Amino acid sequence: MKRRLLLLLPLIGFLALSLFLYQGLSLNPFHRESALMARDFPAFDLATLESPERRVDRSLFTSGELTLVNVWGEWCPECKREMPQLLDLAHRHEIRMIGISWKDTREKGLGFLEEFGNPFEVNIFDPDNELGFELGVFGAPETFLVDGGGVIRYHHTGYISPGEVREKILPEVQKWR
Amino acid sequence: MLTQMIPEIGHYALVIALLLAVIQAVMPLAGAATRRPLWMAYARPMATGQFLFVAIAYACLTTSYMLDDFSVANVANNSNSMLPWYYKFSAVWGNHEGSVLLWSLMLAGWGYAAASFSRELPRDMVARVLGVMGLVCVGFLLFILVTSNPFERLLPHMPADGADLNPLLQDIGLILHPPMLYMGYVGFSVVFAFAIAALLGGRLDAAWARWARPWTNLAWACLTVGIALGSWWAYYELGWGGWWFWDPVENASLLPWLTGTALMHSLAVTEKRGAFKSWTLLLAITTFSLSLLGTFLVRSGVLTSVHAFANDPSRGFFILMLLGITVGLSLLIFALRAPRVSHKVGFSWLSRDALLLINNLMLVIMTVTVLLGTVYPLLLDALDLGKISVGPPYFNALFVPLTLIMSVFMGLGPISRWKETAPSLLVRRLWLAAVVAVVLGAALPLIFAERWSAPVAVGLIAALWIVLPMLRDLYDKIRRASTLGAGLKKLSLAYWGMQLGHLGVAVTIVGVAVVSNYNIERNVRMGPGDSVQVAGYTFTMIELTDRRGANFLADRAVIEVQRGDSNRRFTMNPEKRLYLATGMPMTQVALRPGLFRDLYVAMGEDLGDGSWAMRVQYKPFVRWLWLGALLMSIGGVLAVADKRYRRMATAPDPEETALKPAGGDRGKEATA
Repeated sequence: MKRRLLLLLPLIGFLALSLFLYQGLSLNPFHRESALMARDFPAFDLATLESPERRVDRSLFTSGELTLVNVWGEWCPECKREMPQLLDLAHRHEIRMIGISWKDTREKGLGFLEEFGNPFEVNIFDPDNELGFELGVFGAPETFLVDGGGVIRYHHTGYISPGEVREKILPEVQKWR
Repeated sequence: MLTQMIPEIGHYALVIALLLAVIQAVMPLAGAATRRPLWMAYARPMATGQFLFVAIAYACLTTSYMLDDFSVANVANNSNSMLPWYYKFSAVWGNHEGSVLLWSLMLAGWGYAAASFSRELPRDMVARVLGVMGLVCVGFLLFILVTSNPFERLLPHMPADGADLNPLLQDIGLILHPPMLYMGYVGFSVVFAFAIAALLGGRLDAAWARWARPWTNLAWACLTVGIALGSWWAYYELGWGGWWFWDPVENASLLPWLTGTALMHSLAVTEKRGAFKSWTLLLAITTFSLSLLGTFLVRSGVLTSVHAFANDPSRGFFILMLLGITVGLSLLIFALRAPRVSHKVGFSWLSRDALLLINNLMLVIMTVTVLLGTVYPLLLDALDLGKISVGPPYFNALFVPLTLIMSVFMGLGPISRWKETAPSLLVRRLWLAAVVAVVLGAALPLIFAERWSAPVAVGLIAALWIVLPMLRDLYDKIRRASTLGAGLKKLSLAYWGMQLGHLGVAVTIVGVAVVSNYNIERNVRMGPGDSVQVAGYTFTMIELTDRRGANFLADRAVIEVQRGDSNRRFTMNPEKRLYLATGMPMTQVALRPGLFRDLYVAMGEDLGDGSWAMRVQYKPFVRWLWLGALLMSIGGVLAVADKRYRRMATAPDPEETALKPAGGDRGKEATA
């Protein structure tokens, strides 16, 4: 009997370990929704995609209007699939949208908007990941909800499906509008 | 037209492979349990078919990469039309979905190999081994099809070009590192299946150990090379000049290596002496479990690491379930059935048996040390005690002394005898080796280095202590023969394998000791015309240029190096690359390799005024690290080629097997 118990030890040890691993899954370090939550949108000074002469900064976000900021790139296939949802949010739900054209060339970025539509009031041109770095972006698309005072209220990582528009984006917009 | 169907064909092939794997798992296991030869006979054809269809799926994905089919999401996200063809080929496994597919391909491949080279095995053993492997395949193929389908399409919005392969992965070391590592990880599934089969069948004898040993050695050799390649890659590609970072993923590959090493030695005892049976089984299960754990840690992104490139919790959950079912079930079977196969064998405390037991113990302690250090941050986090990371100091403080203690026993092991060794014999054969090791080990750094270093001396003594007794043993064995040739001929390949493997460990110990203590690193600001002296070498920056590669732009420095006052000069060209598609900067270090030292120059930051922050390093004996690993794995492969395994490697005449009466298998069992 004693030997039996001894032989069960590896199993018990393993079960304990997997319990922790299971908990570890929900503590995924990549779940960073809260990292920038309730922080001010970072300061920046960049040109717009539409015109190299026009420079924009943080004051874009302190106009008192709730804004959805979307990080995109022409090279990013998910961004293209996401465009119909973004156009819907801008036109049907009348949400102010600002784009960040991320790690892209001006020519390709403008081509993208021509082909897939432009829901954005203006696009910040960030070819060298300056603003992206401040925001902690690590892959397009990413979307931030910024309230009228320039404070980040919600962060969505990755592609936004039509379902997520209904279940996540719109409720958040309601909450902070 | 036909090429447009390739991804769908691949997807379909995967589904068929899954179905075949289900049959491969169910029929033979059920057949072995109910003694139905026909059901057991399903094992081999199903394993073959499954391998074939996974290979078709893999070929389809590779073709999609080669043809730049950006309508496939996996290709669009990880490749680019500008990539050279060999990186398109290797980009297949540079991402989550593709690497799981590669994993499955290898699993099926090992299964196919086990099916092909098992003609000598009893039918029920083959059925159980392949059945268990089939079960594992089912798990992984389900994982691919449910959570990680590499053939998903991006239609109708397909991108014009792909997002490019992570620049870190655009490198020869990374073409080879994952496949070798996976070959090792997955290879342990064979000995795992053998262990479960032995537990289910209640039969574990010397013949079983003889079947299991070559598979273990092969998997171990692949894993050794895989780990060494990873270390080599980190050394020249990451630009920090380190070769082992105790990164969670490195640790994950080290864990099965440690238990796999223990398993090889334990199997030797089981074959020769019929001892340590349940221990061997437990090690076989543990080794494969740790391979799976490694996969879980990498694929789930539970631990932050440079390697974690999949971060989908549903995937992590699936792998955890897979891990839980596989490991939990096998450990349960172990607990229930192990008493049936084990029995007591006596040996004295000074014998090869006992020394191998100590070796096993040390390796297991090392495994636990590394495992704890790796998951400890996770435990704390789960218990809400804050986030910490366990760094190299913890690992070095425990791992280095453990290795030294083990090397003491490594000197004793090969020259001791089974069952019992007379102390006087050991003393007689070893006193000279001990004296020479201590004197030489202490004196060598004094003679060749500028300053004496105690850690280096200890490392050298340990290495010499491993090597010298083996030389003595070799000498004794040859001396007894009539001529040198006859003496050498009599030594088996397994013996040479053991010698080489141990020599490899010694060589690695020398490399680690010397490079860790005599490494010189200088961070300097350099512009054209500036020079710096490191370890007797003068590095002069001649000019700064730029260069355009296939898919990157690079700043490039031309550095001229001169040794002492000699007239021999050579140039080194470190680069700072900017990859166009991702905008990711990468350091390409310039290396001047040598058997006794590497010179290492890396470009840091552009300081603006025409000069750069440069990192210049002198790394003595660093090559010995990987040379040692190479020797170890060659040793492992040599042992597989030994005569006594060859009998089972050559399949008997098929007609003869076909004509054999039904009782043939049983008869063989008795004689084996």
